[in-house]
Amino acid sequence: MSAPIGVKVDLSEDEIKYIRRSLGREPNELEWGIFDTMFSEHICYKSSRPVIKLLPTKGPRVIVGPGYDAGVVDIGDGYAATLKIESHNHPSAIDPYNGAGTGIGGVLRDVLSMGTRPIALMDPLRFGSLSSGRSRWLLKYVVKGIADYGNSVGVPTVSGEVEFDPSFETNCLVGVGCVGIAKRESIMAGGARYPGDIVVLAGGSTGRDGVHGVTFASRVLSGESDADRPAVQVGDPLLKNVIIEATLAALETGHVRGLKDLGGGGLTCGVIEMAADGETGMEIDLSKVRLRESGMSPYEIMLSESQERMLFVVEPSGVENVLKVFEKYELPYSVIGDVTQTGNVIIRYEDKVVADLPARLAAKSPVIKREAKKPGYISQVRKVIRPETPSNLSDTLLKLLSSPNIASKEWIYRQYDFEVGVRTVLKPNQGDAAVLRLIGTNKGLAAKADGNSRRTYLDPYHGGASALAEACRNVAAVGAEPIAMVDHCNFGNPERPDIFWQFQESVKGMADACRALDIPCIGGKVSFYNEDSATGKSVKPSPVVAVLGLIEDTHHLATIPFKEHGESIYIVGRTRCELGGSEYYNYIHNIVEGEPPKFNGSEEKRSIALAYKSIRQGLTETVHDCSDGGLAVAIAEMCIQGDLGAEINIKEIPKDKMSVDELIFSESNSRFIITVSRKNLDEFLSLASKTGAKVAEIGRVADTGELVFSDNEDRVLSCGVEPLRKTWSDSIPTSLGGV
Amino acid sequence: MLKVAIIDFPGSNCRYDTLHVLKNVLNVDARLIWHKEFDENTYDAAILPGGFAYGDYLRAGIIAAFSPAMKTVKKMAEAGKPVLGICNGFQILVEAGLLPGALLRNSSLTFVCKWIYLRVENNRSPLARGLTKGAILSLPIAHGEGRYFVDDDKLEEMKRNSQIIFRYVEKSGEVTEESNPNGSMDNVAGICNPDGNVAGLMPHPERSSEKILSPTGAEDGLSILRSVIGFVGGV
Repeated sequence: MSAPIGVKVDLSEDEIKYIRRSLGREPNELEWGIFDTMFSEHICYKSSRPVIKLLPTKGPRVIVGPGYDAGVVDIGDGYAATLKIESHNHPSAIDPYNGAGTGIGGVLRDVLSMGTRPIALMDPLRFGSLSSGRSRWLLKYVVKGIADYGNSVGVPTVSGEVEFDPSFETNCLVGVGCVGIAKRESIMAGGARYPGDIVVLAGGSTGRDGVHGVTFASRVLSGESDADRPAVQVGDPLLKNVIIEATLAALETGHVRGLKDLGGGGLTCGVIEMAADGETGMEIDLSKVRLRESGMSPYEIMLSESQERMLFVVEPSGVENVLKVFEKYELPYSVIGDVTQTGNVIIRYEDKVVADLPARLAAKSPVIKREAKKPGYISQVRKVIRPETPSNLSDTLLKLLSSPNIASKEWIYRQYDFEVGVRTVLKPNQGDAAVLRLIGTNKGLAAKADGNSRRTYLDPYHGGASALAEACRNVAAVGAEPIAMVDHCNFGNPERPDIFWQFQESVKGMADACRALDIPCIGGKVSFYNEDSATGKSVKPSPVVAVLGLIEDTHHLATIPFKEHGESIYIVGRTRCELGGSEYYNYIHNIVEGEPPKFNGSEEKRSIALAYKSIRQGLTETVHDCSDGGLAVAIAEMCIQGDLGAEINIKEIPKDKMSVDELIFSESNSRFIITVSRKNLDEFLSLASKTGAKVAEIGRVADTGELVFSDNEDRVLSCGVEPLRKTWSDSIPTSLGGV
Repeated sequence: MLKVAIIDFPGSNCRYDTLHVLKNVLNVDARLIWHKEFDENTYDAAILPGGFAYGDYLRAGIIAAFSPAMKTVKKMAEAGKPVLGICNGFQILVEAGLLPGALLRNSSLTFVCKWIYLRVENNRSPLARGLTKGAILSLPIAHGEGRYFVDDDKLEEMKRNSQIIFRYVEKSGEVTEESNPNGSMDNVAGICNPDGNVAGLMPHPERSSEKILSPTGAEDGLSILRSVIGFVGGV
């Protein structure tokens, strides 16, 4: 077998053989380039497809499931909501400012492609330790990239999630999530279905930036990766703002019958997927594409990933009207081709056919069956020698609050415009999830992304399941019923059996959790090859799950701060001795070992139901999920933000047998802290028994300015709220050099 | 019924927010007008909304300031009609020379989004007539270039003319360095021209006009927008 002549491809020998056999001839240089792009892991999920199939995708609310630019669910009253998550890990690790910015740009286009208006952004991020200069540089510029792009385009960045762990030192993870809304009838999906329709390319011009971006994202970062910088695209948020408005106005004409953003894989991916999805063909004339620079070859035009471009398929009778809209907004466009019924995508350039390929062949790569093998480290790291209980737990709590994984993220979200759009009812840090209202209705949407890489490293199955559980708890904690999820899987090199095993186990965990909690998966993103070639080390396996929650009436919400002296503090759920992967072990004892928290579907479901139902029924306005740092940190945060103290009797906590430090810092799933006032007590307890959730009164909110944990009469911990606040607030700005 | 134009430049991303409050909360006949289609004779007042007109490329507000639409806005201002600039709109008015001074990069050198307190310094401007002098308002800011600067003599002159409408303060009303979110000279947050019919402020009244959006429960932005409407309506 010979490799293709004169062209560099990342295709495997088997893939090259498959292409030659299926096509019955030798592809030319451009055609090899098209296959190379379409068969890259980033586009075709050739390694992950058999695994992600495990995720349940059906549900009564699902309008569009995985496989499209974004998932869409019905939220009632004639409205639909879109949820999408994308990764921009590799570009951000090389050029954090442009990498993160264009990540935002891409996810906005995905949501727009479904015919929905993007209304909120969220950004789960992973960096190395803040003691490293490189990590501080990445953090500062990733945040600035997100801020400068998102703020300017005018979509609020309302929530996020950050983890610091040395495994992300070289290869930081930048996830970008987006929520969109539209009237149900304006949802677009299904590609180019009608032969004779006209293909219009609108938005930015096409340049050499990002040529081969997807094959770059499907490789391990190496010392030479800086030379890949031209593979990182540069964004233009002003043009994106214009594209959003012009696209939505064009859709209003009723003449647009297909819509797709040009992101990874550029025009190649856009044209082939539209034809394949619509079971049609397309003829495209590359001479019509507006170019940014002269002398670009058909190969470069087809593979460019220049930003801010959208592909419209328009019915012939409506072309004039659609183009008028673009002209009003001064959005550049060109008519580049039409839809055919041949099933082939034919590319012309200067009157010559330069590529002619069956759309379905190019759109669907053969699956690669990867080997999965449980890594040897797993059995070793599950065993742990229990560290000694610290003599002063107050100091331990203070120190834990200064851990960047727990400390206030205000330095980050202060730079994001989280208000634009006048929808943001709960802003960053007010509640466990952001809440956006639907103007003109009482409804609201809650959104949150979560994941825990240390737990997943110790137990990928329960780590994956717990990511979904935590995201669901967070939306429930503001009063929303979780209705859909998208997963964002970040792993190392899938060609390594130990890595593929981590991926497979995590997806199994997420899939089982989806079933247990009745949450459909409506989309996702798999990002492999997150490792550093110099050390050969992969990032810790990091599935991140974003969940959308529905609020029927935004007048009933809950937030984190304690509100009133004397209110009873309840804990929902049982605390178990599951310290593996906990922030307490990690930050205080420097241990990443042990049994991490297990996912328990029926218990989780009952706790979640109690949380959002008690908020809906107006029984509480104060709810906080108990996760990183355990219940001690959860209660400390409620004190800090409410400027009130609390008195907790740990005897009352439903628990397994364990020591006091384990009890207050365990990160067991299924738990919330809820406060209830006297007048609502009976109703709350009856709701708890109806939902079957375990609850116990563990203390009271106090105006003492002090947080006290006692074991009956014995004080085990006492801290002033002011010092707690100071440590929690100052940690990240101080680590960043007082900025 | 009086008519208010909200002037829409490419990138004016607070366009719908401002329209929503004027139309749905204040029941005003407000129209979103694409900058090329703006005709001053049809409207009683103009609002330049927040956002990033022309991406704020080169410098915040500068490209929009040279647009033909701003010539029309100038005519309105000269005719004594009210013109209000919010955030990016304020930056445009300053760049267009309709208001004195400049808006520089925040002293933190980062974008800042947060709820702050303002004190009403004077209500002599017709655009602030509905406000109580000394009142403390809570509104959000969201900008990267909001540090107000003007030379000392001009500042004195503006004070004499009662052109300073809002200053950043503590919740208690005290003017402090900590309460100044962007390093503005003398904590200045909003100003007007000597006649008082052209005004600009960095905070966003349209984001604080509905109880549901306000962490403090106040609807202070509404009182500012009401003043503008009241002025037009001759109230």
